[in-house]
This record gives sequence, structure tokens and C-alpha cells, in this order.
Amino acid sequence: MQIDKETVRKLAHLARLEFDENSAETMVNDMNRMLDFVAKLDAIDVSQVEPLIYMNEDVNVWRKDEVINTITHEEALKNAPKKDTDFFRVPKVIEK
Amino acid sequence: MSAYDLYEPVIGLEVHIQLNTQSKAFSSDSASYGADPNTQVSPITLGHPGTLPRFNEQTLEYAVLLGLATKSQIREWNEFARKNYFYADLPKGYQITQHTTPICTGGQIHFRLEDGSERVVNLTRIHMEEDAGKSMHDQDIYDSLVDLNRCGVPLLEIVSEPDIRSAQEAYLYLTEIRKLVRYLGICDGNMEEGSLRCDANISVRKKGEAKFGTKVEVKNMNSFNNVRRAIEHEIIRQIDLLESGQSFTSETRSFNAENGTTFALRSKEEANDYRYFPEPDLQPVVVNEAYISQIATMMPPLPHELYARYTKEWGLSDFDARNLTDDKSIALYFNELSQLVSTAKSAANWMMGPVKSWLNQEAKSLNEFPMSPSKLAELIALVESGKVSHSVAAQRLFPELILQPKANPQSLAESLNLIMDSDEEGLKAMVDEILAAWPEKVAEFKAGKKGVLGLFMGELMKKSKGKADPKTATQLFNNALNA
Repeated sequence: MQIDKETVRKLAHLARLEFDENSAETMVNDMNRMLDFVAKLDAIDVSQVEPLIYMNEDVNVWRKDEVINTITHEEALKNAPKKDTDFFRVPKVIEK
Repeated sequence: MSAYDLYEPVIGLEVHIQLNTQSKAFSSDSASYGADPNTQVSPITLGHPGTLPRFNEQTLEYAVLLGLATKSQIREWNEFARKNYFYADLPKGYQITQHTTPICTGGQIHFRLEDGSERVVNLTRIHMEEDAGKSMHDQDIYDSLVDLNRCGVPLLEIVSEPDIRSAQEAYLYLTEIRKLVRYLGICDGNMEEGSLRCDANISVRKKGEAKFGTKVEVKNMNSFNNVRRAIEHEIIRQIDLLESGQSFTSETRSFNAENGTTFALRSKEEANDYRYFPEPDLQPVVVNEAYISQIATMMPPLPHELYARYTKEWGLSDFDARNLTDDKSIALYFNELSQLVSTAKSAANWMMGPVKSWLNQEAKSLNEFPMSPSKLAELIALVESGKVSHSVAAQRLFPELILQPKANPQSLAESLNLIMDSDEEGLKAMVDEILAAWPEKVAEFKAGKKGVLGLFMGELMKKSKGKADPKTATQLFNNALNA
């Protein structure tokens, strides 16, 4: 797979990121280098190997339906770049 | 025949139900509704790095319960997936959902049309997922405000096959789902508060055509009536376009409740690409037979089963059976009451009459009705044994028992002097007295005007303060008048 500016533009849109023309160029190069690195795996035949999703073979790791509050309202909002007493504030997003 | 009659609507619904668990689907913060904004959040909900989700077992229990109630196939090996999208009310950038392994497949929803006939809508799937937070766009000029209390609350998404053929059917299907989840006790089914939400996939095709038309998805219908209105409007809109020779693309539209129309929401250019992949942070969920059997033992009686029992085994009318199964608490009360009285019909009459009138008048739910089924059964027995007349029981004894729900109906009737008088001696004296006082009416009766008997009975009820046994009294009047 080859990354071009169009792919970067599309990914940037999905992640709601903005690039100027120069950064987009750098991004294309960086991403292609990453893909080339991972492409080394193509040399190995994995057709008989199950994809590895989980780090162990446990199943049914559940918890009881119990409420445990771990942080306060103030702590929740503490790291937000923009907030008021009640809410997180973000640039206006309207779906119309 | 109008052009509209040439077309057949094809509708499938996606219904989200919010589960009434204590805590969230993958974290332990409270899932309750209506708290102050951003007071029920955790580092997991907020998507902080290094946090790991953990699955709430109650979510699975509810999913399996709904699966069994809809006769779905329950999947043994369940995995979660990440549905990636960027929006402020979903801080971690993906929704945890089930993509390729929905917990339930191939179930059915049964409901009744107005004419009493049964409809079956097949379900494609039911899967578990988490809700997003809430954004408010109208409260501030510059910013959107985000409340993450709802973020992470467990949902079940119920996806139907495109089996629905009218707006009314969609409405009835949705009503049945609400009834079902309320019976199961897994969701409060409140569409206005958003605990039950519905999107509709709508297309139209010429009758007899096998191929589906272009599908439009309609969102933001936040009441049962709006679902019906939106679908009605969308069907007409699509037929009008086709009839005037225009084509339209598959798109998402939103319902505008103010004018009852729909408008396009997302253009194709911004089409979502969710880049699903398996969620490695949650281990698979394995549902075995033993677990399913254990959940099956928690299954309450279901509305369509009760309906079938009431109409087929107990001989109640479609109208009675529907009304008695609409609400779970009423159905359970009626069920218990029926076991205690001689006929289901008399239990039904009392439920549909005095009990429902009281509930309506007081604007209360059955849970607040003070009289136990056994108490009401004693009252009904008093009527059936002829000790108290039906009208006196309903109008005087019933309200009195509501005030004193622990009292014994018979002693209460005695102390209020409501026991019916079927003592022939006493009644006979009153009958003679009345006939003597109305000689001209007696003459009318003898001349063939049998209706005056009503007047005599009325007089007798006045004299006896409503306690005269109507059967004995009628007999006595007839005997005296025909003598």
C-alpha cells in the first residue's frame, strides 16, 4: 500500500486534524516509512496463523454491576482545555 | 386509485434500548439518569490513557434475557469491536460494540394489528454496545457543551429485517418492544428521556416488485407518534419523487417534529468510515448452555403468552386481553386475582371497571393500588354469593376498602349495613307498600306497559337503601302484579 496526499487528507478528516501543505508532505513520507517497516512481515507466510487479538486466553472477565465512583466532578474536568463549572466545552459542532 | 396505492413501503427499524443497570457497560461509574452533568464519570469513561474497560455481567444477563424472549439464537463466542469515529461526546474516539459477533440473531417480535390479527417481524440481530455522552449546541453562542454522564451506559441495539410495511406497523412494532423490555425489567422504555431510541430505514417499491428501492435512513424521532409521522412523510416524499421521474440517493435524513418533514443530514462526501477492528482490551465472552438455562429461569411471563392464555384458555375478548396485558403490573395482578375468583371474566370486569377507573382518577399506577388481589377476591366473592349487590360493592364497598385495605370485606359490609336483603318477608312488605301507593301505575302495568316495573324497582331500592336483592325483588313484583 502506498500513502499519498489523498490518503493523508482522508485520515486527517476522520481524526479531525488539520495539516498545511508542507506538514502533509512530511506526513506522507512518515507514514510510508512506517508501512515499509511493517511490510517486512509480508515476507512471512501467516496463512496458517490465527490472528492474535488477545494477550491471554482468559474468557468471561466480568465484574458485578456495582457502582464505584472513583473521581469527583472537579477531577473529571481538571484536565480539560476548556470547561465551565458543569460542562466540557468544545468548538461548536452542529449536525445540520 | 391514487399513485400512492401502486407502491409498497419497505421499512426496517434499528431500536436502541438503554439498559437499566446500576453501573456502566465497561466501567463502574453510575449509569443512572438525571444526575448533575459530568458527575458520573471515570477515567475509563473519559478515555484517559492507560485505562482498561471491564465488562458488566448484568449487560450480558439482560441481552440473553431479551434474546430468549424474542426466540433468538444466542451466540456462544462473543467478541467486542471498536467502531472508530471522532466526536466530542465519545472521548476515547471509538465506541465499543459487537460487530461480527452479535449476541443474538434471528429472533422475532410478535404483535397485533387493530383487527386482532397477528404480525411477526423478524430480527436480524441484537447486539451489546455502549452509549455516547450528550452534546448541547444551543446553550452557548461559541461552544458546544458536553456532558459525559451517559457515555458508557449499556445499550442493546435491536435491528429488524425490512419486514415492516406501514408507518402504523412500525408504531405497533415499537410499542411491542417497549412493552417487552418493560416486562423483562431491562429498560424503562421512555422515548422522551431517550432510554428507547429508534432509527428507520425506509424505501418504497412498486407492488409486486421483488427488488428493494433506494433506502433512506431517518433519525431523530423522539416519540412514538413522531416515528409514525416521520415514516408517513418519508413514504409520501419518496413516492412523489419517483412519480415525478426523479431519482434520489441513499442518505441519512433527520425528522423535524415542528413541521413533520425530513431533511438531509450527511452528504456522501463526509460519509463515515468506522474502521472496525476487534477490541483487544476486552476478553471474549463465552455463553454456554448452563448460563442460558440459568437466565431462562428468570424469565417473567411475557405479554404475548399472557394474551394467548387469556383469549384461548380463559375465553376473554381481544379487547380485555389487550388491556390487561398492556402493563406488566396490571397483568400480574390480574393473573393472581384470576386464580382466586370463580371466573376469569369476573376478575377481568373488576380490573377493567372499578380498578382501572380508580387508577385513572387518581393518576396512579397499579403498584400504588392499596388492595391486595386476595382482598379484592373476597369482595368479588361477596357479590357472587349474592350478599352484596354489584353496584353497591363497586360504588360503596370498593372505595371504603381502598381506605381500609386491611379490613375484612364482609365485616365492613355488615358494619356499613350494605348486606343485601333477600329476606322475602321483609321485601314482600315493602313491595306491597309500593304497589298500594301507585295504583294508577299498577293499572298501566296490567294494561301491558311492562316498563313501569323499573319505577317500582327504583322505589324499592330507595326504601331498602340499595340492599334489596334485585332477583328476589323482581320475582316478588311479578308475583304480586300477575296475581
